[in-house]
Amino acid sequence: MALLKADSLSLGYDNQAILTDLSFEINKGDYLCIVGENGSGKTTLMKTLLGLQKPYGGTITFGDGLTKKDIGYLPQQTLVQRDFPAAVREIVLSGCQAKTGLRPFYNKAEKKLAEDNMEKMGITHLKDRCYRELSGGQQQRVLLARALCATGKLLLLDEPVAGLDPKVTAEMYALIESLNKEGISIIMISHDISAALKYASHILHIGETIYFGTKKDYLESSLGRNFLGEEV
Amino acid sequence: MIDKLIMYLQYPFVRYAIIVAVLIALCSSLLGVTLVLKRFSYIGDGLSHVAFGAMAVATVLKLTNNMLLILPVTVLSAVLLLRKGNNAKIKGDAAIAMISVGALAFGYLIMNVFSTSSNLSGDVCSTLFGATSILTLKPKEVILCIVLSVLVVAIFIFFYNKIFAVTFDEDFSKASGVKTNAYNLLIAIIIAVIIVLAMNLVGSLLISALVIFPALSAMRIFRNFKQVTIFSAIISVICALLGLIVSILAETPIGSTIVAVDVVVFGICWVIGKITGGR
Repeated sequence: MALLKADSLSLGYDNQAILTDLSFEINKGDYLCIVGENGSGKTTLMKTLLGLQKPYGGTITFGDGLTKKDIGYLPQQTLVQRDFPAAVREIVLSGCQAKTGLRPFYNKAEKKLAEDNMEKMGITHLKDRCYRELSGGQQQRVLLARALCATGKLLLLDEPVAGLDPKVTAEMYALIESLNKEGISIIMISHDISAALKYASHILHIGETIYFGTKKDYLESSLGRNFLGEEV
Repeated sequence: MIDKLIMYLQYPFVRYAIIVAVLIALCSSLLGVTLVLKRFSYIGDGLSHVAFGAMAVATVLKLTNNMLLILPVTVLSAVLLLRKGNNAKIKGDAAIAMISVGALAFGYLIMNVFSTSSNLSGDVCSTLFGATSILTLKPKEVILCIVLSVLVVAIFIFFYNKIFAVTFDEDFSKASGVKTNAYNLLIAIIIAVIIVLAMNLVGSLLISALVIFPALSAMRIFRNFKQVTIFSAIISVICALLGLIVSILAETPIGSTIVAVDVVVFGICWVIGKITGGR
């Protein structure tokens, strides 16, 4: 049983479908990269998977013990966050929010989880610092730690290295890879096709033609060769 | 001067005014941080004008308790404004401007056409700038104010972590299964209640200042959400007390004096923030 299975999905916005008949699935331990040109609907797909908007057709089913509460999401940064007065610890803890239900405060287990994830992301020494004063790479680690508080199973990453310099980008990819090795499934949107090919196990290419399969098959497909020809 | 103050404190209406001022200042500052950060600062302004319109209608209808009309109308407007903010045909800021100016115009029109009062411009002025209404509170109104304030503070503390999560990143919260719409609704209702309460203190034109300034002041100096929230509540209460005392002693209008103190404190905080490198 797949963790997440999309079946003949069609999606878009403003009542206009931009993608139709999209089917793919992700299993435990997979590392799926979603690639495609700008405007092909990558972010719309991500939002649909997260349940932020409804698909126009088709279904998304969760399986293998995964529920909506087990999804961790690393969004692109918003304007609001850039001048938000919040300590790192407060932000990471907020990842546990869905676990609390109606309980007003975080319990010991949730605080411990936040501490552990800060440790894992190497940001424990920053925990009392203000988020807006951190570097881009540190901010991404904070948001990743928060996402890990929400999930131990599936992470959805939206352009996780956008705006980062090459060194920090490499560190970020290594971090994501280590999480994948621990058994967390990854769905990542990326412009960075070379990294997608380096780390991913599966590729979902969206656009006028849709391709879903393992990385190896993608590299041999005509679509993949064309796309890479343009990019490289 | 102290003697004069002590003399004034003998009067129950002055004591009522102080109690109400402190409570309103406390409540209004709590959600200020959320409103500023969510880019909703203008909603307070829009809602206060709606409250003004509702008050005009209530006055004309000669309702014994204005609150019965003003509160539901304002809450409803808040819900509509916050819900429709993102996906409506008319975008959020335009919708707020429409509702706010429309309510203001109709409020004045209604008062002008139907009012039997001999001092119409005085009535309007005191509704807009809260000139004297806080000094004419009846015990019943004070009790209502206390109950509503306690409710607002209790709800805020109970949902503090949720309000933080929804303010910081609504998409993330929604994606991980938090019922963000419910919390946005809650925030809208609390804002509406606060605005109706604060109308007594500073009048409907100056309410936004009461909501926004303490939060902005605190954000100059402090760098985490909890400190900002606590400090903005403290600033707000101190400013309200100071403004009230000054206005009693110097016989200046209460609402504008309080807001003036808020502005001065913001200036001080801005300087402190610059010196300590807060921004």
